[in-house]
Amino acid sequence: MNRKYWLFIIFFLAGIYACQKEVTDTIPAPFVGFQKPTNFPEPVYHFNTNTVTKDGFELGRKLFYETMLSANNTISCGSCHIQTAAFTHHGHTVSHGIFDRMGTRNSPPIMNLAWNSSFMWDGGIADLDLQAVAPITNHLEMDETMPNVLNKLRSSPQYPALFKKAYGSEDITTTAFLKSLSQFMAMCVSSNSKYDSVMRHQGNATFTADELAGRELVKQKCGNCHQEPLFTDNSFRNNGLAISMVNDEGRYLVTQNSADRYRFKVPSLRNLAYTAPYMHDGRLLTLSAVLDHYTTQVQNTPNLDPLLQQNSTLGIPLTAEEKTRITAFLNTLNDRSFLFDKRLSD
Amino acid sequence: MKKFLSIAVLSTILLSSCKKDSTPEYDPNVKADLSVEFDNIAGTADLQLNTGNYTNAAGESFKVTKLKYYVSNFKLTNANGTVYTVPQNDSYFLIDESDPATHEAELSVPEGEYTSVSFVLGVDSLRNTMDVSQRTGVLDVSGAAADMYWSWNSGYIFFKMDGTSPSIPAMGGVFQYHVGGFGGYSSPQPNNLKTITLDLTARGTPKVKASKSTNIHLMVDILKALGGTTTMSFATIAMIHSAAPGTPVANNYTNMIRHDHTEN
Repeated sequence: MNRKYWLFIIFFLAGIYACQKEVTDTIPAPFVGFQKPTNFPEPVYHFNTNTVTKDGFELGRKLFYETMLSANNTISCGSCHIQTAAFTHHGHTVSHGIFDRMGTRNSPPIMNLAWNSSFMWDGGIADLDLQAVAPITNHLEMDETMPNVLNKLRSSPQYPALFKKAYGSEDITTTAFLKSLSQFMAMCVSSNSKYDSVMRHQGNATFTADELAGRELVKQKCGNCHQEPLFTDNSFRNNGLAISMVNDEGRYLVTQNSADRYRFKVPSLRNLAYTAPYMHDGRLLTLSAVLDHYTTQVQNTPNLDPLLQQNSTLGIPLTAEEKTRITAFLNTLNDRSFLFDKRLSD
Repeated sequence: MKKFLSIAVLSTILLSSCKKDSTPEYDPNVKADLSVEFDNIAGTADLQLNTGNYTNAAGESFKVTKLKYYVSNFKLTNANGTVYTVPQNDSYFLIDESDPATHEAELSVPEGEYTSVSFVLGVDSLRNTMDVSQRTGVLDVSGAAADMYWSWNSGYIFFKMDGTSPSIPAMGGVFQYHVGGFGGYSSPQPNNLKTITLDLTARGTPKVKASKSTNIHLMVDILKALGGTTTMSFATIAMIHSAAPGTPVANNYTNMIRHDHTEN
């Protein structure tokens, strides 16, 4: 009798334990807000005025994929910033927006924006919170007005409750709308490439001999502009592209300072495998075409960067072997996990 | 004699108290209503959107379909030289010719007699770079400011005048003069912010008391925005959509506003 009694107790406790285990398994992992990768510098985005919360971030994600942001409710931010292309418009030299109207510039990645001091190829926008207004109201992109967007959200069956959940009020304000989008965009952090693993001494990640040599070459020959670990210095430079029919004058359009004519923002070198084509207008379709540009195609146009005209030669001299090594290193900057991070998906 | 003296003293006191009563007593600790009215005109004619026909300094005939501008950062100087700065959060107004409810900037200022008023035509650089949560009311880019904001080069449009002129050969004769540019966030950009200071003594000094409301009536002559320093020709320049080309217009409109009268 005693033995039976004990057995019963043991089974009962085991049952409770199993139940508990099951319960803990179904509790989702607690929401982790913005986290700075240990090998990254401090972000420049003002998180002190916009703390990332679970509800704010999820609302921002829903808005990012919301087609009501466009005039005829057909396209969302995600239409031209596709996650599987590291949030670019893969395969499009310049992006087509609403009614397939063509823009003049290549859709840049929504990636590590918390470290960007300005936005757009010409840096016309200095605050991530104000960024979304531009594509929403651009005639070639979403061609909508901000009042219309907010009114559509206000009259939708779901959004007032989602704003209340995130901000404690059903009022859909400009601030709440834009800050939610910022929360989502700031959370699009790509920091899990092989390069990052090596830098963080994770597991036994090491560079191959070619990658290591490539890294030294990139530091020497590209690193003034494409600085580690974000692989941009956020500056504006003329990299010697031939002036096209569009005659896009880049940063000059913003500052109207003639010294800024044909300068564009230095893009990051991360995730190049997923973000072709390259350059502000997507004119170069492959990475090898980009390297060829720097070795033999640089044009002496107004404000050409001094780094591209050293020793009275245009461009950056590179041998075939050097190009192979550089390419090997650049491939260590691809972060496949960013493309499939479910938190960032529609 | 003693009696006479006391009568004299008493009457002096009485007289002086009478005199004191005849000049208004201002309490600088009491706030009173003061409105600044922006009355848009074209030369000697009241501005009539869509219908009125006017001639600019270049001799071109034109009509105005839209006129909007920001006035902000009001300061008032009183007779003894004290400057009162209206708290910044209450100091932004968007004057829209098509909406009479916007024609007066309603201020709350200490009681007093004011000899001059100054304000910024536009939105100051500080507010232009503030967090989006500080951009409410007439500065809300999803509200009143929706068509007074350059999204591609973040910044408010200070002054917007759209219209038509038969002198413009293309695009149905449409002109759009949009002036903005606060100097840029990080690198220098054109700065078209203009502070306008007007003397108020010559045409009626405002006497602001809590017991009444006072109105400073300003005339805003749009013809002066098109001439003065630089004669603007619609045939030559029909479109202004960025800061640098707007600078001549901004230099002109610095002189487009005058004090006409005060309703005390």
